[in-house]
Amino acid sequence: MAEKTLLEAIHDGMATALAEDDRILVLGEDVGRNGGVFRATDGLMDRFGSDRVVDTPLAEDGIVGTAVGLAVYGMRPIAEIQFLGFSYQAFTQLLMQAARIRWRSGGSLTCPLVVRAPFGIGVRAPELHSDALEAHFVHTPGLKVVAPANPYDAKGLLLAAIDDPDPVIFLEPLRGYRAGRAEVPEGRYTVPLGSAAIVRSGTDVTIIAWSAMVAVALSAASTLEKEGIDAEVIDLRTLSPFDGEAIAQSVRKTGRAVVVHEAPRTVGLGAEIVATINDTVFTSLEAPVARVTGYDVPIPSPGLEEVYVPSPARVAAAVRATMVF
Amino acid sequence: MAIQLERKGGPIRVLTETGAVEEGERVDESPALLLDMYRWMTFGRAYDGRLISLQRQGRLSTYAPILGQEGAAVGAGLALEAQDWLLGSYREGVPMIIHGMAAEQLLLYFRGHPMASVMPKGVHCFPIQIGIADQIPQGVGVAWGMKLRKAETATLVMFGDGATSEGAFHEGMNFAGVFQVPAVFLCQNNGWAISTPRAHQTNSETIAAKGQAYGIPALQVDGNDVIAVYREVKAALEKARGGGGPTLIEALTYRLGAHTTSDDPTRYRPPDELKEWREKRDPLARMRAYLESVRLWDDRKQEELERETQSRVADAVSAGLETPMPASNSIFDHLFAEDTPILAAQRREQAADPSLVEDRVNG
Repeated sequence: MAEKTLLEAIHDGMATALAEDDRILVLGEDVGRNGGVFRATDGLMDRFGSDRVVDTPLAEDGIVGTAVGLAVYGMRPIAEIQFLGFSYQAFTQLLMQAARIRWRSGGSLTCPLVVRAPFGIGVRAPELHSDALEAHFVHTPGLKVVAPANPYDAKGLLLAAIDDPDPVIFLEPLRGYRAGRAEVPEGRYTVPLGSAAIVRSGTDVTIIAWSAMVAVALSAASTLEKEGIDAEVIDLRTLSPFDGEAIAQSVRKTGRAVVVHEAPRTVGLGAEIVATINDTVFTSLEAPVARVTGYDVPIPSPGLEEVYVPSPARVAAAVRATMVF
Repeated sequence: MAIQLERKGGPIRVLTETGAVEEGERVDESPALLLDMYRWMTFGRAYDGRLISLQRQGRLSTYAPILGQEGAAVGAGLALEAQDWLLGSYREGVPMIIHGMAAEQLLLYFRGHPMASVMPKGVHCFPIQIGIADQIPQGVGVAWGMKLRKAETATLVMFGDGATSEGAFHEGMNFAGVFQVPAVFLCQNNGWAISTPRAHQTNSETIAAKGQAYGIPALQVDGNDVIAVYREVKAALEKARGGGGPTLIEALTYRLGAHTTSDDPTRYRPPDELKEWREKRDPLARMRAYLESVRLWDDRKQEELERETQSRVADAVSAGLETPMPASNSIFDHLFAEDTPILAAQRREQAADPSLVEDRVNG
């Protein structure tokens, strides 16, 4: 089994899918000849041809809008948005169109579409590149939202997203693209959508995170271990529909929870997770559920982005406060 | 590239405004087809009138009339082959019906009934599009799929003049030009986008001129000449099916009615303009005059057609009004192929006590 970075695992997932099913095509800006600005599609055009790995004009709504048409017609498009911040320009086709085609047509038309985009701080990109927009997608009925944190899950979730008969937004952690290597099996395997993973078992507190924040949560957990606090870390993996059962089971055991996300706090996915914990395991709680999130400001210029994003120290501090409530 | 902006004498036309054959033109279409055009236009006008009165009676919530645009609507609808796809806006119900949507679905749409958008099996239409111009990139995607699958079919995308100001129009046209997809873009330029006149919508001399920017051949056709619209759309679809790429067609027509039944066009529309189009350029009167001139039509046939049309309209209206609203819990159906756990829980929550749904008159 080869060790791959998360980026290589995503590349491998697309190559696997392209080789299996000739209805699948990859389209986006610079994905062909250039292999993607992060090289997620490196070499795929040479291997599968320019009809299947397609450089498009620079138009996000056009990319998603044509991908919607392709999907309804019977193709299986994987559209790349170069940076998630640019998906604002595709919100019409994503939120208003793709999300509701099956529903409004009573199932007579379907839209099996995957939209991939990297997000989050980490490469000191100029403003508007890094925005964490998952809450917009999770809030939109009809979309599934996936956010892997490690190479194994990235490939398995991507193949599951491609198999899924409905539109899936696939969010890739910019910081995690080349953060480390892990074993990734050759060929096809899937990680089911909608299922969270416990990436660190613990008994005192549950930390819920996804994407690049899983590493932050794990780092905080290591620090806390030295202080005698045994944290369980849940990698949510799928944000819509999220695995409320896994969260409830863990909090039933620990009695305490901290939710970590990079997106702004107000009406973020963290708020929904807190509400779900209250709805399901209120009587198990020993303390209010805390949130460690981005602040309610736009993601700052790269020189100040670390001020904004949750750090292991902020997560650890929130856990300590929860422990002594 | 055949951009026919400089065509002498204005847009492409087969019949003059009074129904004579234009100089240098011939009508080679079969009598059966010509009569079909007139039948569909008559149906379109009668159904439209009936839907307006149903709205006034409070049976429909709102309705977007097509009065005056029957030529473009019918010419386009009849130009399609069964395997072609059609995407249109809320003013393109008639071509959708011609292409296989059930006639009552148009009524159901404006009754607020979800079955309006459920396409019968084998009908290649997207449901009525409300997001202005959003069907344009989608139609390009459908056409792109046809090209990739080497299907010898084409996609017709219909929209109004207002849609050509939206970003989706430009992005879709640009993709169509770059990827040379088998798509035909038919703009029904009816002069008005609610209260915004065509001259205020764009400073381009014509909407067809916009094709040039995307490397897409474009032409203007008299939208109230059903034969001309039929011919040009059919030729463009055939070209597309044969690998000849996309075409933009601007059909010059006029919205004789309101934008919707909620709109009052007397607030903004010059009465003289309306009068001129109504009295001189009616697409039905033009076609009828032509058919009479070649002895395909007379008063007796007209009476017969009116009776037949009334009964077709009555059938559509009763089917549309009698279709019961689906059960409340059906709002959860078809969001995803399978309910997610969150959706399943909300479905159960709603079903647990349906008495919590507020009672209202069920139109």
